[in-house]
Amino acid sequence: MIMKLVKLDKKQWSKGLDALRKAYRLYGPVKDQEYYSFKRLDRDEQPDFSFLNSRLSPKSMLFPQSEAIIKYSLDESEKDHHIMKAVEKDTTSRAILGIRPCDAKAVSLVNLNFDTPETKDPYWVEALAATTFIGLACDNPKSTCFCTSVGCGPYHDEGLDILLVEDGDHYLANILTEKGETFLKTAGWKTPDGDTSVFDKKKAQAEAKIVSTVATDNLKNLDIMALHEAPFWEDVSFACLNCGTCTYTCPTCWCFDLQDETHGKSGKRFKNWDSCMFPLFTLHTTGHNPRGTKLQRVRQRFMHKLKYFVDKYDQGIMCVGCGRCVNQCPVNIDIRKICDLMNGYEVGEQVSSVSK
Amino acid sequence: MLDYIDKIKEISERLLKDGSVDMVIGFRKGSLPMMNEPCFARTPEAVDQFVWDSNCGINLANYLTDRKEKIGIVAKGCDSRNIVTHIIENKISREQLVVIGVPCKGMIDKHKISGMFSDEIQQVTENGDKVLVTAGGEETALDKTGVLQKNCAVCTHRNPVIHDEWVADPIEEQQDIDRYADVREIESMSSQDRWAFFDSLLSPCIRCYACRNACPLCYCPTCFVDEAKPQWVGKGQDPTDVRTFHFLRAFHCAGRCTDCGACERACPVGINMRVFTKKLEKDCFEQFGWEAGINPDERPPLDTYRPDDPDDIMR
Repeated sequence: MIMKLVKLDKKQWSKGLDALRKAYRLYGPVKDQEYYSFKRLDRDEQPDFSFLNSRLSPKSMLFPQSEAIIKYSLDESEKDHHIMKAVEKDTTSRAILGIRPCDAKAVSLVNLNFDTPETKDPYWVEALAATTFIGLACDNPKSTCFCTSVGCGPYHDEGLDILLVEDGDHYLANILTEKGETFLKTAGWKTPDGDTSVFDKKKAQAEAKIVSTVATDNLKNLDIMALHEAPFWEDVSFACLNCGTCTYTCPTCWCFDLQDETHGKSGKRFKNWDSCMFPLFTLHTTGHNPRGTKLQRVRQRFMHKLKYFVDKYDQGIMCVGCGRCVNQCPVNIDIRKICDLMNGYEVGEQVSSVSK
Repeated sequence: MLDYIDKIKEISERLLKDGSVDMVIGFRKGSLPMMNEPCFARTPEAVDQFVWDSNCGINLANYLTDRKEKIGIVAKGCDSRNIVTHIIENKISREQLVVIGVPCKGMIDKHKISGMFSDEIQQVTENGDKVLVTAGGEETALDKTGVLQKNCAVCTHRNPVIHDEWVADPIEEQQDIDRYADVREIESMSSQDRWAFFDSLLSPCIRCYACRNACPLCYCPTCFVDEAKPQWVGKGQDPTDVRTFHFLRAFHCAGRCTDCGACERACPVGINMRVFTKKLEKDCFEQFGWEAGINPDERPPLDTYRPDDPDDIMR
């Protein structure tokens, strides 16, 4: 891993972007009506780095909510009818500017599922290979950010090629990979030697601003069945509407569904986000649903993120502390509370002690 | 409305102690500003968690569907109207319920208030007609009337229409309210403009179905969008499918919607899909003189035939 900390004068920023646009498709945070989202930047468009974070996570850059993957024709007069063909993808280089460290770490977590020695999701793997990640450190985290207690942080660089830090009229750029070096070279930015010692100080300051924490130390030790049968799930799940907000806004939720959509004599196969909150997610063709109740579905989501994942991958919890589900849940189900409940669970505990 | 809290606790505790109910459904304080969480108490001790303020916009009737227990439920005006609708539609029986009536002075619009401040909102408290917002370390006092949820601003049923207990004396209903200004504005658009308006309104939709699931009317065992055999609607992000979901859902609510605003409140991307149900609510009011959920003994207009029903659509 390359680690090179350089100073980058902001005056040359937009000129560098112009040079980059010739070699990369550029994506970045843009304010759309009320909220920020990651979008392909138009020819003269600048990414807006004044954002706290985007409403939806940038996972959709690699794993779109609805992605056509295969196309087919049912027209028998055509030579290649009923042959499944890959939908062409643009796999030329692209860069995501301003991705937050939590969302970049989330990419690494999702990658554990989509790129394994046995199975590779080609759509994810190809999109990931084509992408350079230019991170933006968080100097003003939100009160619902709890990244530092889940193996991440406002200056965390996992999954990034470059980490940018705002520093007045400069960026401090931490070049982390060869992809990052190439990106910097393409931009033509001059990076004269300068004093970069402020990096560590700023990092410590930002970390100190993360005041929200969760305890995860005990999750691995807990008995899976005891946790599954814990008495608090009724209380935890009561308010849940079983909508897909938490799973759709989550940067680490990776579940999808395959759907064929045929119109007349041609059609496409789509890979769509799915949600364990939906009854349809587990409905069998027999009509039986192994997770037929709300309680079962809510339990599944938290057990997956905070227990099954922990046990299977030994990489901490399947959560990067971005706080999106906390902020956007319509009924205020707060993963921090549930994580603490689970982590602190002792078998035999009464439900009344946790319902307050 | 903060003064309701003690009374809510007192009534709930009594009902649980004397065994008249198995559980009480209410709200507990949320972990974020302007958020409360629906919750239940099964023991007299658990009533301590109950709160009441201007952030109880979720419709609690939604939590009654097909329950078997005897239930005490904290209900503001719109919740009570959806309880009536639930009773009419056999989703709960009147005998199972003890309705703890809350005269409601309106809920505040969290989307609107968040949009008024560039800094993250740290705290929101209320003091009578004032809402005190702390953002960026600075406190701002807002008039509550200016930051009410849109449906609350035009509400004419603040007092529960059925009740077994009152947490406070009924309050005066709002008079001379123009309930349908927003609908008329859309009605007056050209069809092209209206289409463009709907298009832009629905463009942020991620089909999380929070609106549907927050709605007490949406209790179908399998919603039409979730049907697989046959599959009525595509499940991706095709705008036609997104529109089909919203439009058909609204039609399913015709003559049943009480304009409680739970759908709009629940939406994570701030879509005011309430304008669709509101249009149908207006039509029901104007054509049948009908307001949903007022009287458990009256059948809804789309459920009955009367010789003098309007027939303008048949031309």
